[in-house]
Amino acid sequence: MGSLIKSGGVSGAILSRIATNDQHGENSEYFDGWKAYDKDPFHLSRNPHGIIQMGLAENQLCLDLIKDWIKENPKASVCTPEGVYQFSDIANFQDYHGLKEFRQAIANFMGKARGGRVTFDPERIVMSGGATGANETIMFCLADPGDVFLVPSPYYAAFDRDLRWRTGVEIVPVHCSSSNNFKLTVEAVEWAYKKAVQSNKNVKGLLFTNPSNPLGTILDKDTLKNLVRFVTRNNIHLVVDEIYAATVFAGENFASVAEVVKDLDSSEVNVDLIHIVYSLSKDMGLPGFRVGIVYSYNDSVVSCARKMSSFGLVSSQTQFMLASMLSDDSFVDNFLMESSKRLGIRHGVFTLGLKKADINCLISTAGLFVWMDLRHLLRVRNSFESEIELWHIIIDKVKLNVSPGSSFQCTEPGWFRVCFANMDDDTLHVALRRIQDFVSKNSNKTAEKASDNDQLIQNNNAKKQKWKQSNLRLSFRRLYEDGLSSPGIMSPHSPLLRT
Amino acid sequence: LFFSLFFDHNLFDLKSEKMKQLSTKVTSNGHGQDSSYFLGWEEYEKNPYDEIKNPNGMIQMGLAENQLCFDLIESWLAKNPDAASLKRNGQSIFKELALFQDYHGMPEFKKAMAEFMEEIRGNRVTFNPKKIVLAAGSTSANETLMFCLAEPGDAFLLPTPYYPGFDRDLKWRTGAEIVPIHCSSSNGFQITESALQQAYQQAHKLGLKVKGVLVTNPSNPLGTALTRRELNLLVDFITSKNIHLISDEIYSGTMFGFEQFISVMDVLKDKKLENTDVTKRVHVVYSLSKDLGLPGFRVGAIYSNDDMIVSAATKMSSFGLVSSQTQYLLSALLSDKKFTSQYLEENQKRLKSRQKRLVSGLESAGITCLRSNAGLFCWVDMRHLLDTNTFEAELDLWKKIVYNVKLNISPGSSCHCTEPGWFRVCFANMSEDTLDLALKRLKTFVESTDCGRMISRSSHERLKSLRKKTVSNWVFRVSWSDRVPDER
Repeated sequence: MGSLIKSGGVSGAILSRIATNDQHGENSEYFDGWKAYDKDPFHLSRNPHGIIQMGLAENQLCLDLIKDWIKENPKASVCTPEGVYQFSDIANFQDYHGLKEFRQAIANFMGKARGGRVTFDPERIVMSGGATGANETIMFCLADPGDVFLVPSPYYAAFDRDLRWRTGVEIVPVHCSSSNNFKLTVEAVEWAYKKAVQSNKNVKGLLFTNPSNPLGTILDKDTLKNLVRFVTRNNIHLVVDEIYAATVFAGENFASVAEVVKDLDSSEVNVDLIHIVYSLSKDMGLPGFRVGIVYSYNDSVVSCARKMSSFGLVSSQTQFMLASMLSDDSFVDNFLMESSKRLGIRHGVFTLGLKKADINCLISTAGLFVWMDLRHLLRVRNSFESEIELWHIIIDKVKLNVSPGSSFQCTEPGWFRVCFANMDDDTLHVALRRIQDFVSKNSNKTAEKASDNDQLIQNNNAKKQKWKQSNLRLSFRRLYEDGLSSPGIMSPHSPLLRT
Repeated sequence: LFFSLFFDHNLFDLKSEKMKQLSTKVTSNGHGQDSSYFLGWEEYEKNPYDEIKNPNGMIQMGLAENQLCFDLIESWLAKNPDAASLKRNGQSIFKELALFQDYHGMPEFKKAMAEFMEEIRGNRVTFNPKKIVLAAGSTSANETLMFCLAEPGDAFLLPTPYYPGFDRDLKWRTGAEIVPIHCSSSNGFQITESALQQAYQQAHKLGLKVKGVLVTNPSNPLGTALTRRELNLLVDFITSKNIHLISDEIYSGTMFGFEQFISVMDVLKDKKLENTDVTKRVHVVYSLSKDLGLPGFRVGAIYSNDDMIVSAATKMSSFGLVSSQTQYLLSALLSDKKFTSQYLEENQKRLKSRQKRLVSGLESAGITCLRSNAGLFCWVDMRHLLDTNTFEAELDLWKKIVYNVKLNISPGSSCHCTEPGWFRVCFANMSEDTLDLALKRLKTFVESTDCGRMISRSSHERLKSLRKKTVSNWVFRVSWSDRVPDER
């Protein structure tokens, strides 16, 4: 793949390795679905047969609340007649400490998103170019080229770019499996750590997203405490990306690592090792505004990250607006409550709809997506090739862009991340109908037989489930064969081409 | 005694242990912020001037901001409520903006940027919006270009004096090196062929591979635009060495002299080098921070004819995208051609008048500047106020000006100038009254210093030599202004 890029004549020879390698990861399959979607995007009225985007973890459910607030608060914009008297001061403001009111408002919001169980110090809040910028910056602060960070898998695909590309840092995955519902355990981390150290790797820390992307699960407080104790014992860093903190819609409260730092005794936690990455892109649905935050309990890191923030400051226009919005307590309280409610409803509708198609998801209580189990639909069990085949069928036949588990470094084939918060209700129902239609169409033969044996249904449920699934597999086999002969599916970077 | 030694030793160990946990970027001071350039800022923060609240406070003349034309933008905002309130044709596009994070940037915005850049260059050259990569300020643009062009340990040649922030932007996280191209006052700090060759050889002596040359045009801190001769020299040089040229044209819209701004793009066109390999190695960096006075909005851009660089830089822009609400606002602003032409003309007019005010105020204090035709600052010659021709003396003088005269100006050493005694003094980041006050303070200081020096020198010899020195300086200044070439 590298040779594809290097054939650029004289100037190709004198660009940097970073510019010409593919460590940015954008040649991965993760982006093929996007490309297919871009060519044929769904629209309820204009293109009802187009591909529905379910690979984008956006939160579109509460933008109306924000839009209304902005309309009702013209002073929060430096461009409106009511706010323009602030224009020159704000347009001129490039201090990398950021507007004091902005930092205070962010600290306020972060605390409320964690149910008021912790408070954040505005002096430790450092800006960055989205969480993308924040994660890269924290790597630059904590690690040198060649150093290692442990990252539990499955993990957000773009970490390969954000943590490694320009920093030269290596990722060593801590593989989690379905056998315990992909839960991260201290034992797994310890094992991965020991192994890495034994291979002479310089492990600088552990990084994970909590609530998890792509799993949508939250880590229980006890495990989090033990992980904090583990990093302290071994003198390595802990970076928790809490970008989905306010997307919790059910179950236990989200336990932020900030809570653990507060609860633990100073002998158990070395706070100089604890760092939080945050952003408003998911909780508030404002990825376009590029608000990333690095929050560290280590003074040297705060100082260094702040200097580095020059490379990705938040636009002062945006700082000013959010400072006003997020210090409006009644807005924030209502927003967080409403957002949680709407996400919960959406999640419920979606998972119920999937159940009707006999599709299960990992039980989750947060996030903008579900971790869908399609292992029973793989042509060959435990095969990543089959996963990619299935994925192409989903894109081309079911016309949904979902993300295959392998793009998240998942070690078990058959899992897919499916986003549910980046569309309106109608579109969601179209997506569900397509899935249900598709699944039922391919198990039609079995359906009639089932209705004739009403009384035996309960006794034979397990048998029929197995039968249905094997028939589904057979009908998918047909589709696989169709797929293999149709040129449209094969992207130039498909692993199938290599076999 | 033993106990205290033991205690200190342990503390030292603890600190170095702590620091070992962090990266070398934290523990070195590659960010360059221990330099005097930034220390002056810190002093200002402690005691900032305010006309009413703190009239004896420090006046900030170390910040190259353009505060002269906000009124023009504000009145545009009043006439364009849609852009101001995130609407298009009266309809709210808030949701579209909230979700827009495409690293290709907003097409309307890149088109407007391209056309604005063309307008600044008298529409003599064209910029293709598809070759523009947006960045979070030119700070980010310059760093991104370094990541694309240089390996750790590779070098870029920069003419001195240069913007102090380059030490951070070009070197800190990239691992690239800067090798200076020494420019001197003997020819108005212009770049010469021999200086270029010397820098190239020096890099080789240091075992560094030279990847390119980076210039700021118009120059910071000189306030002068590169001459056509210098631009030709640079293009010829990078052609023969097969290396890159980055032209940071962040001040292109601040050119107020009689001359037109000549961009490196003009030279490529005039030399008929478009569509050649050389053009692929010439890259322009731009930003709206200086021309429009909007540093807070973080709008920077890279322009390159090399598709691979555009592609790589676009991906890297993920680390510092421009806020969508800012892109939208500015695409509307810059698409209004009536506004942009009026703005550019008025901006230049006001800058010119401000510069004149500073220059004549300095002259009445017996201080001259390099004759400038652009920028938000003057390169001021205070060599005659140094006790000795050394950087120690320059620093002493700077401290006096900061702490006694209460003006924050930037000493030439912070800009890597090879000759002591030069200072960058900004003029566009304050009101006229504040500028006048600053000049008054400076004049008072200079007059008292001369007096003071006279009084403290009891020796007749020293008095004689001082007078001689002063006279020869005057003679030098007069003859220099006669020699100023037409092109500047």
